Amino acid sequence: MKCKRKIFGIAETEIPNNNKCNQSYPNMIWNEKMECAGRDEMRAVQTERLKETVNRIYHNVPSYRQKMQEAGLLPDDIQSVDDLSKLPFTIKSDLRDNYPFGMFTVPMSEIVRIHASSGTTGKPTVVGYTRKDLNTWSEVVTRSLCMAGVHREDIVQIAYGYGLFTGGLGLHYGCENLGASVIPISGGNTDKQLQLMQDFGTSVLACTPSYSLYLAEEMEAAEIKKEDLKLRVGIFGAEPWTENMRKEIEFKLGIKAIDIYGLSEIMGPGVSCECEHQAGMHINEDHFIPEIIDPLTLQPLPAGEIGELVFTTITKEGIPLIRYRTRDLTRLNYEKCVCGRTLVRMEKCKGRSDDMLIIRGVNVFPSQIESVLLEMSETAPHYLLIVEREGNLDTLKLMVEVQEQFFSDEIRQLEALRKKITHKLQSTLGISVDVKLVEPKTIERTAGKAKRVIDNRKL
Amino acid sequence: MIIKQLTVFIENKTGRLNEVTQLLGNSGINMSALSLADTSEFGILRMIVSDPEQALLILKGADFSARLTDVICLNSPNEPLALARALDILSGEGVFIEYLYAYSMDNKSANIVLKPDNIRKCIEVLQAHKLELVKASEMYKI
Repeated sequence: MKCKRKIFGIAETEIPNNNKCNQSYPNMIWNEKMECAGRDEMRAVQTERLKETVNRIYHNVPSYRQKMQEAGLLPDDIQSVDDLSKLPFTIKSDLRDNYPFGMFTVPMSEIVRIHASSGTTGKPTVVGYTRKDLNTWSEVVTRSLCMAGVHREDIVQIAYGYGLFTGGLGLHYGCENLGASVIPISGGNTDKQLQLMQDFGTSVLACTPSYSLYLAEEMEAAEIKKEDLKLRVGIFGAEPWTENMRKEIEFKLGIKAIDIYGLSEIMGPGVSCECEHQAGMHINEDHFIPEIIDPLTLQPLPAGEIGELVFTTITKEGIPLIRYRTRDLTRLNYEKCVCGRTLVRMEKCKGRSDDMLIIRGVNVFPSQIESVLLEMSETAPHYLLIVEREGNLDTLKLMVEVQEQFFSDEIRQLEALRKKITHKLQSTLGISVDVKLVEPKTIERTAGKAKRVIDNRKL
Repeated sequence: MIIKQLTVFIENKTGRLNEVTQLLGNSGINMSALSLADTSEFGILRMIVSDPEQALLILKGADFSARLTDVICLNSPNEPLALARALDILSGEGVFIEYLYAYSMDNKSANIVLKPDNIRKCIEVLQAHKLELVKASEMYKI
């Protein structure tokens, strides 16, 4: 169902003051011109913006100019999006090497906001936004919210962290731009989250998927039923999650769980987002051109193949990035979506080309383990992987919580469960995992990104 | 006849068992029987307590995985072959025993707590052979 922004004026009067009225409220497309553009039309927009960006960075950022010169490239060598693959890649360490503001293309007087990604090692990655960048960001987040079926009658509880992390403020301005009512509660403080959810009639929850499950657990403990809440949509991102986890969240909270994608280097949340059909995340490609490359050969891969996602920003002023390697593994789908959008879709990320664990020569993604656990009703999706090196042998230990109701008073049943998990992991991963069943609620919950892996190997 | 046994799943961690006994003790709950089964990873604590329902609430409130399990208790003479006779009868009637734990009351009698696969059948068999079962109310009071 398509409708223009104007419809709001008419629809408004028909909407009762109840947030569970999605059916009577058509999902709208915020920027139909861009989101439903034909492929040639989109390519023309991308070409024009790419040429402008390349020209700008060549003249303003010494490190880019040097890289292009080393590759024997001049701005004029980039005549269309097809020439994108001629350009050198940008990687996370480029930002660190130019810490803090070395990659900014505008003077600091033009920068109105600074964010930084949580650097687990070394210095954080710093990004700067001009006023126009913030407008662009609001625009793409607003589009994302519309894709998710959020409208201006909604009350949005933003439980992403506010601060240097882009999650909170990114969602915040997009929601305000849409006209929804924002509860800027930020992360943590679970009791208050639940209280406001009930008292304010929150209809949209924005947080990490793992935190949403934690909230669901706490709701259960506080005997708050999902039927007593007005929640209907969840905007979840900032960490990888599986389809099974989605099912669990949707069931436990009685909502539609929408995947939103973004990274601070490119913009923050809103780089792409799922529509209500949950069939891949629509990339706002009039601002960010995606490519898929083979992470080993670095060669572009044809559409539909799984590889590393690479973005080139084409409207960003503060810190434009050329062919930035996200390390996220996914694939692209250029087919028009049922929702009417033509924006290219990316699949849920399969993992990262750099958080892959190599255990005894076998590639292991934590998401694979999560899938196995979620397929089994006996275990909770709370787990911790511990990698050790004993002698020359890597060992993988999995601590997983047993669901309360499957706890048995018979040891052989618990042993059987342990064997079942071990066997399933063995057949999925191809390596043996030492499974340890732990008591419910003993694995640490976090309001931010869940810590799933502890690698004690000195590699 | 049916006794509510309090069962607690506990990880093999120092102090975890003590937490259970402290919690129950501080609430005035007495234990009449206790058995701890362990594996390398976790243990299962089985207890007969003075107030099983209350004890369950207390442990759940402290985030323990606990539940009540139906068991029966056989009172048998404290003499050679007494247990063997009872087990003979049960195995002869095809009653499978998941686990049991036993303790002597004095030099005359002993209590044997049993978790059979089919509790109804087990009770019938034992009663048909005139074996004495301990009442739940008595068991909680010991």
